[in-house]
Amino acid sequence: MAAAATESGVSRWQYLDHIRRTRGPFNQDSDVSEEALATLDKTKILVIGAGGLGCEILKNLALSGFKDIHVIDMGTNSYALAPDTIDISNLNRQFLFRKDDVGKFKAEVAAKFVEKRVQGVKITPHNCRIQEFDEDFYMQFQMVVCGLDSIEARRWINATLVNMVDMENQDSLKPLIDGGTEGFKGQTRVVFPTLTPCIECQLDLYTPRAAVPLCTLATIPRQPEHCIEWAHIIAWDQEKPFPSLDKDDPEHITWLYRKALARAQEFGITGVTYSLTQGVVKNIIPAIASTNAIIAASCCNEALKIATTAAPSLGFEESYMMYSGDDSIYTNTFKYEKKEDCAVCGEVAKPLEVNPNWTLRELLDSFSTKADLQLKKPSIRAEGKTLYMQFPPSIEEQTRSNLDKTLKEGLGLDVNHEVAVTDPAFPALTFRFILRFA
Amino acid sequence: MLKIWSMKSAQQKAENADGAAGKKKKVTPAQLRVQKDLSELSLGSTMKTVFPDPDDILNFVLEITPDEGIYHGGLFTFTFTMGPNYPHEPPKVRCQQKIYHPNIDLEGKVCLNILREDWKPVLNLNAVIVGLQFLFLEPNASDPLNKEAADDLRSSRENFRRNVRIAMGGGSIRGVTYDRVLTTR
Repeated sequence: MAAAATESGVSRWQYLDHIRRTRGPFNQDSDVSEEALATLDKTKILVIGAGGLGCEILKNLALSGFKDIHVIDMGTNSYALAPDTIDISNLNRQFLFRKDDVGKFKAEVAAKFVEKRVQGVKITPHNCRIQEFDEDFYMQFQMVVCGLDSIEARRWINATLVNMVDMENQDSLKPLIDGGTEGFKGQTRVVFPTLTPCIECQLDLYTPRAAVPLCTLATIPRQPEHCIEWAHIIAWDQEKPFPSLDKDDPEHITWLYRKALARAQEFGITGVTYSLTQGVVKNIIPAIASTNAIIAASCCNEALKIATTAAPSLGFEESYMMYSGDDSIYTNTFKYEKKEDCAVCGEVAKPLEVNPNWTLRELLDSFSTKADLQLKKPSIRAEGKTLYMQFPPSIEEQTRSNLDKTLKEGLGLDVNHEVAVTDPAFPALTFRFILRFA
Repeated sequence: MLKIWSMKSAQQKAENADGAAGKKKKVTPAQLRVQKDLSELSLGSTMKTVFPDPDDILNFVLEITPDEGIYHGGLFTFTFTMGPNYPHEPPKVRCQQKIYHPNIDLEGKVCLNILREDWKPVLNLNAVIVGLQFLFLEPNASDPLNKEAADDLRSSRENFRRNVRIAMGGGSIRGVTYDRVLTTR
């Protein structure tokens, strides 16, 4: 039995192995020994999202020879604080799900399906938000592939991977492959955290969601969407028909739909429907199966290339591949520049040696005498802690007593805690330090 | 895997890194930005901030006491909430009192362009505060959230002024009772 499995395994990956064994102009220095070839089996890869892109990505990775895959689906249902479950409307493109799966957790069903169809792959599902795991969890993977629809989740994983990079530990640098689609358009990017532009550097690329002025909604609606937004933002707040809005609860959407419809009739506007209401309230972006398939394929190509070095990957030169199927087909791959003042990967915090027994006042005084700082009126904060702010007056008063507390005992600061220092003399600068105890 | 690490080492050589054990605790980008915004705030004599929890600078209350105009003598408070996406998303601002104002509805929602459709990450808390202050000096009848108040202002400024005084004293206008916001000063 075991021998048969091995034998079929050999022929199964024959073509992939051939590509990996053959040296070409781009992989002349690659290690093509059996030992190196076996590394793919040991690569542990994390997929974030088990929706339209995620289903494709899981299937592709398994069929590309990745053996140890984890998948997190944290769901977009932020109101119910529960993992997203399979909805009947997902079935047209999230092909790992069947009608019987409606209501089940995406990550679980997707993992089971791919494990059943692709022999020898192990897929571990996690039904939770990515924020529920810490760095120790993310450290176990060699690579992360994202198929997300949320900018917030992308920013979170990006910041986490950038912060994890530690010079003392080679394995702390995890390539991030990010796929995204919207209708006929899509993109694949590869980030080598701290080395190449990160997601935060590229945040300007997102067009913000067009917002309608509140007064238009309140007084002169012109479009069906205005009536729905009015019901969502204004009428709901005034009447509070349910304690909190659950966008996945048909009863809640029906309430909004009826309100919007009545308002539309009042203003002679047509076009308010239940599905439009759902679309506007949940900000549903149309998803197209073939766009997902193309972007997922590109993401998995990059994952395979990074894991095997069989060919150059996106990242160091060109890092961004955009795809548009809107008007026939167009793709362009280009280099995005790193943003010097990026809030995540720019101006990385510098180590600062302090005496744990210093008072905060002594620390601030040291800033004024340090030749490379010379800060006369510094305000200082740590994560979730306001140590001392010079302004506004109310917070100055509230934090003044911290000045005489010691850094470690009194204020709970420790090695590796970051502090951010601002000074009105340098409005454009924030000085960030990582504490070290002398 | 790629020879990424050798590139990282080369990059780091110049920067001369050092590391130590211990859990990292990083200040989030939203906190960094709000810290900067707060230190650049110009409050003048008519505004004051209140921090219910000084460690949480993403939530505070702004008190406005207009010293001229129709709303002179009132004390208005606004909650400011900055989400983790600030400044890519505007701060959420709400008036805590029920007041008679064409651009503020009875739930406290404020119609100020930079709080919604015209917000840009280059704007800061000071811009919002200036905008709020301006709303009390120059209530705007053309962008109404409280339609009755706007109609009132449009048809007779004198009448509107009278109604604002009644509302500020805790009286009612057209069946709606407003919160008393007059200070004893």
